[in-house]
Amino acid sequence: MTKQMSGARMVVQALKDQGVEVVFGYPGGAVLPIYDEIFQQNDIRHILVRHEQGAVHMAEGYARSTGKPGVVLVTSGPGATNAVTGLVDALMDSIPLVVLTGQVPTFMIGTDGFQEADTVGITRPCTKHNWLVKDTAKLSETIHQAFHVATTGRPGPVLIDIPKDVQFATADYTPREKTKVAHYQPRTKGDPEAILRLVEMMETAERPVLYTGGGVINAGPQASRLLRELTAATDFPITSTLMGLGAYPASGKNWLGMLGMHGLYEANLAMHGCDLMINIGARFDDRITGRVKDFSPHSRKAHIDIDPSSINKVIRVDVPILGDVGEVLADVLRVWKERGSKVNKAGLTKWWKQINEWRAVNCLDFKNSDKVIKPQHALQRLEALTKGMDRYITTEVGQHQMWAAQFLGFEDPNRWMTSGGLGTMGYGLPASIGVQVAHPDALVINVAGEASWLMNMQEMGTAMQFRAPVKQFILNNERLGMVRQWQELLHGERYSHSWSESLPDFVKLAEAFGCKGIKCSDPKDLDDAIMDMIRYDGPVIFDCLVEKHENCFPMIPSGKPHNEMLLGEADTQGVIGAKGAVLV
Amino acid sequence: MSALNIKRGSTSHSAYDLRDHNTTVIESHTLAVIVENEPGVLARVIGLFSGRGYNIDSLTVAEVDHTGHRSRITIVTSGTPAVIDQIEAQLGRIVSVYEVHDLTAEGPAVQRELALFKVAGKGDARIEALRLAEIFRANVVDSTLESFIFEMTGTPEKIDAFAELMRPLGLREIARTGVAALSRGA
Repeated sequence: MTKQMSGARMVVQALKDQGVEVVFGYPGGAVLPIYDEIFQQNDIRHILVRHEQGAVHMAEGYARSTGKPGVVLVTSGPGATNAVTGLVDALMDSIPLVVLTGQVPTFMIGTDGFQEADTVGITRPCTKHNWLVKDTAKLSETIHQAFHVATTGRPGPVLIDIPKDVQFATADYTPREKTKVAHYQPRTKGDPEAILRLVEMMETAERPVLYTGGGVINAGPQASRLLRELTAATDFPITSTLMGLGAYPASGKNWLGMLGMHGLYEANLAMHGCDLMINIGARFDDRITGRVKDFSPHSRKAHIDIDPSSINKVIRVDVPILGDVGEVLADVLRVWKERGSKVNKAGLTKWWKQINEWRAVNCLDFKNSDKVIKPQHALQRLEALTKGMDRYITTEVGQHQMWAAQFLGFEDPNRWMTSGGLGTMGYGLPASIGVQVAHPDALVINVAGEASWLMNMQEMGTAMQFRAPVKQFILNNERLGMVRQWQELLHGERYSHSWSESLPDFVKLAEAFGCKGIKCSDPKDLDDAIMDMIRYDGPVIFDCLVEKHENCFPMIPSGKPHNEMLLGEADTQGVIGAKGAVLV
Repeated sequence: MSALNIKRGSTSHSAYDLRDHNTTVIESHTLAVIVENEPGVLARVIGLFSGRGYNIDSLTVAEVDHTGHRSRITIVTSGTPAVIDQIEAQLGRIVSVYEVHDLTAEGPAVQRELALFKVAGKGDARIEALRLAEIFRANVVDSTLESFIFEMTGTPEKIDAFAELMRPLGLREIARTGVAALSRGA
């Protein structure tokens, strides 16, 4: 049975039918009819943000921590253009979002109307797909299709541009069940022949390594369970990209830690020295591979990915397996067990002996101090004091992000929200609010740098208004730490514009927002201050004054292979040649 | 064609992977892309090429199935085998794309392009132009006392060749449609 209703009501109805509980948004002229409908109902909660970029990052935090799509509602023109950074961020990290934008009425499109922008044109390369709906009769169907596209295959952000006259006009509502889901049905089942080839390789490999990524998290909790089962059953060492942390527990005995540019020594050397690399839901990003020519030169490589364009894009693999990570892992495990659960025991024993030698290097070691708080120490204490709690971590982008990935342990998927692909400064604060909205009773901490944090600090207003007790743990070095580190290593220590003068007093800033501010500069006070932050019932801005010139190690300089890693300050003299300096 | 009908290169359907994927040799490939005929679909396709730094040597597009809302985009592109594979995969994941065929890799295909040539001249040059047009099976579709417009359908190479011959005979303008292509056989 179909029902006549206005386009604006259709939007709200379609969101309800899709099970949406929260919308992050900001009103404006071109979405007023939809806001009027939101006002007249109580099923969908609306979180009023302070800037549209914040809305998109909140929706990302919500999506990443729940596995459900995040929903955003913003107005035309500047509302839509402000959302663009968040869209690209979600596209790069494969986060499912449905973004609804208002548009000037259809008869005004193309006239440079007030707050008109070519939103579908601007966001075409920033979304997985987008639609301009010019006919109310097609609106509800389009919204249902949008949810399908956002969440099927490799997830990603989609956008629907809705002109104001389409919101006012009435038409029949198409329910979710009656919507013709687009032809878009990516294949999820892996090719049995390829799976068999992988299993054969697993049975004989002397030096295997599992290299996992965000795809495992996107494939749902079942995929993480299967990954743990596979790792335990085969006793293969396992490493993960920044995006995949938590799929395998950090406390697991096969865990090598994160790999990549600031990854652990043992993880990167295992990647370099392996004879079988099994890539599960990762994409050979340049932060992972270093110099492509010398990437893992002696290994055969298998790659499980749902996106055909990820396979053979950067690194040519021997066994490509197109499919959903969860389904493929289930098949791999089944076939491997049917064939007798064989591994090369002698090879593995030798391989683990080698890995344990690398582990003994203790690459995360740093020189602690009792006078000044070292950022690594701050994170070690944060980890120790929050371990075992119902904890979610978001980050901004920079040194603090890498230290957080190195020093915090993630036991479960969906507990770690960070901007990996795009590297968006200003992501962490709004993302932490999105996470807190989804998990009101959990401890949500944004590990931040002061420079990143300032980029979207207006969202503290949102946290206050909606009582989201997010903890902003700012490692304040009064520098753009990662930029400073690169200038030290690559640009002759000429620190061009990489320090912040006139920083605000973060405690007073907290008071101005009406939340709690904590300042800590003495290592002796750190534990008590962190406990104060955790115990406070409300948002906290924690200004942790840390060592100003600490560099983040280990580091694979750009243009270098995995086995040319820098472990500490002593290694850094003249390491990056002119060729490497061109790379970011 | 050899009796085994082993295709030049290979496809995902083929058991043989005969290409050297590490080669840096640039190949020209003709791709047929079947898309949903909706606003912005061409922008999605060409935006992919410009955004990812791929080449477009020629492009044609038109609706081919009105009731099914399908258009066919024929793209001639060039790149190393790895790049061509990547183009195919990137095209394939656009939501409004139904099918992508690499006609060059999938086997023999017929390629045709239509071109119009305006040639101006008098006397011997004019007679010579007309004679050559006959040899190339070009039709005269417009004529004045001092000019012809020839219409020709053929492979891009044939059109190039005819254009070269017309140049000294008073070639003024060329309009080309770009390549339309279909794979041979049923």
